[in-house]
Amino acid sequence: MCTTCGCAEGDTTIEGHTHEHAHTHDHDHSHDHSHGHHHENALMATHAAGISPSRILKIEQDILSKNNAYASDNRGYFNQRNMLALNLVSSPGSGKTTLLTRTLNDLKGEVSLAVIEGDQQTVLDAERIRATGVKAIQINTGKGCHLDAHMVGHALESLKPEDNSLLFIENVGNLVCPASFDLGEAHKVVILSVTEGEDKPLKYPDMFHAAGLMLLNKTDLLPYLDFDVDQCIAYAQRVNPGITILQVSATTGEGMEQWYQWLLDLHQSIQTTTAQQITIDQDA
Amino acid sequence: MHEMSLCEGVIQLIEQQADEQDFNKVTTVWLEIGALAGVEVEAMRFSFDAIARNTIADAAKLEIIHVQGHAACPLCKQQTEVSARFDLCPACGHYPLNILAGEEMRIKELEVQ
Repeated sequence: MCTTCGCAEGDTTIEGHTHEHAHTHDHDHSHDHSHGHHHENALMATHAAGISPSRILKIEQDILSKNNAYASDNRGYFNQRNMLALNLVSSPGSGKTTLLTRTLNDLKGEVSLAVIEGDQQTVLDAERIRATGVKAIQINTGKGCHLDAHMVGHALESLKPEDNSLLFIENVGNLVCPASFDLGEAHKVVILSVTEGEDKPLKYPDMFHAAGLMLLNKTDLLPYLDFDVDQCIAYAQRVNPGITILQVSATTGEGMEQWYQWLLDLHQSIQTTTAQQITIDQDA
Repeated sequence: MHEMSLCEGVIQLIEQQADEQDFNKVTTVWLEIGALAGVEVEAMRFSFDAIARNTIADAAKLEIIHVQGHAACPLCKQQTEVSARFDLCPACGHYPLNILAGEEMRIKELEVQ
């Protein structure tokens, strides 16, 4: 474990390097002592004579507080650079990487793009992404079942995405664990393919609740399947009434235009907000 | 199995506390885990024993305080216990309900020496 910045993810590597080689560990993170501690609440507990004295400390700290602090650092990084960062989540085999490579090929002329790829093992996905000409870096989580904000922070140091870019963070294929870990993204985008059950939103409600957009992928296969699209949408909306749902096929390209529009509108709104802020600053 | 990383988070927070509050052994850890927190309590126990080994919390007892899901209906104001995020209001059938409790994932107390 790295004692300087608290890395505990001993199996995590970025493009085959362990943390120790990927960066210098000279962070000056401001969150290390930002939690409220309750020293005044420390109580002495009763204890038997002859045994070293034990005491009860009231802690009241969120288990995810460390991750959330790193996520907040990442969010600051994205805001400072006018970047739109999205966290792509799904089960394994939903067609996430295919959807992403098609998106990159179709949008690379319009906007600056970058990708952080998360998988337990191999750099295969980052290689697929780099074949599109887009900057990508692979995080291998080893035994880990999700990306966390700390790993993403380290990946950004190596990736160095351009200002104003659109960053896709492709999480480890898993509909459970990534739901709890904020990476600093603007939205989670959950990809569900029609070859999975339509009741997935109810079976994995935390993920669908956490997502801002759901892409229902592989719609070209609907004629061959017994998949009830309306029921699936109803389930997703029951878990998350505010969720936007788009139906796409990354193979045929059907519906992909709406997804691109969603991305470009969101990306544009970040640029516009910043431009307005600059105008206000100049007027002031 | 994100319970493994959650336990790593718990140990990191404990080690940080040890530096600040000057203790070198933890004998009991109380965690508060809500019914809607997406945490499998048995996986948490299993992971904790493994992750705590050779740390300041080696062999510490893990006490998990279960927090029941509790929600209020935004329409009819009925308050109710819930076991899932998408439960309907038992009085009027409305959803979603406003979650009041059950999302907790907190280190509550430590017994230290």
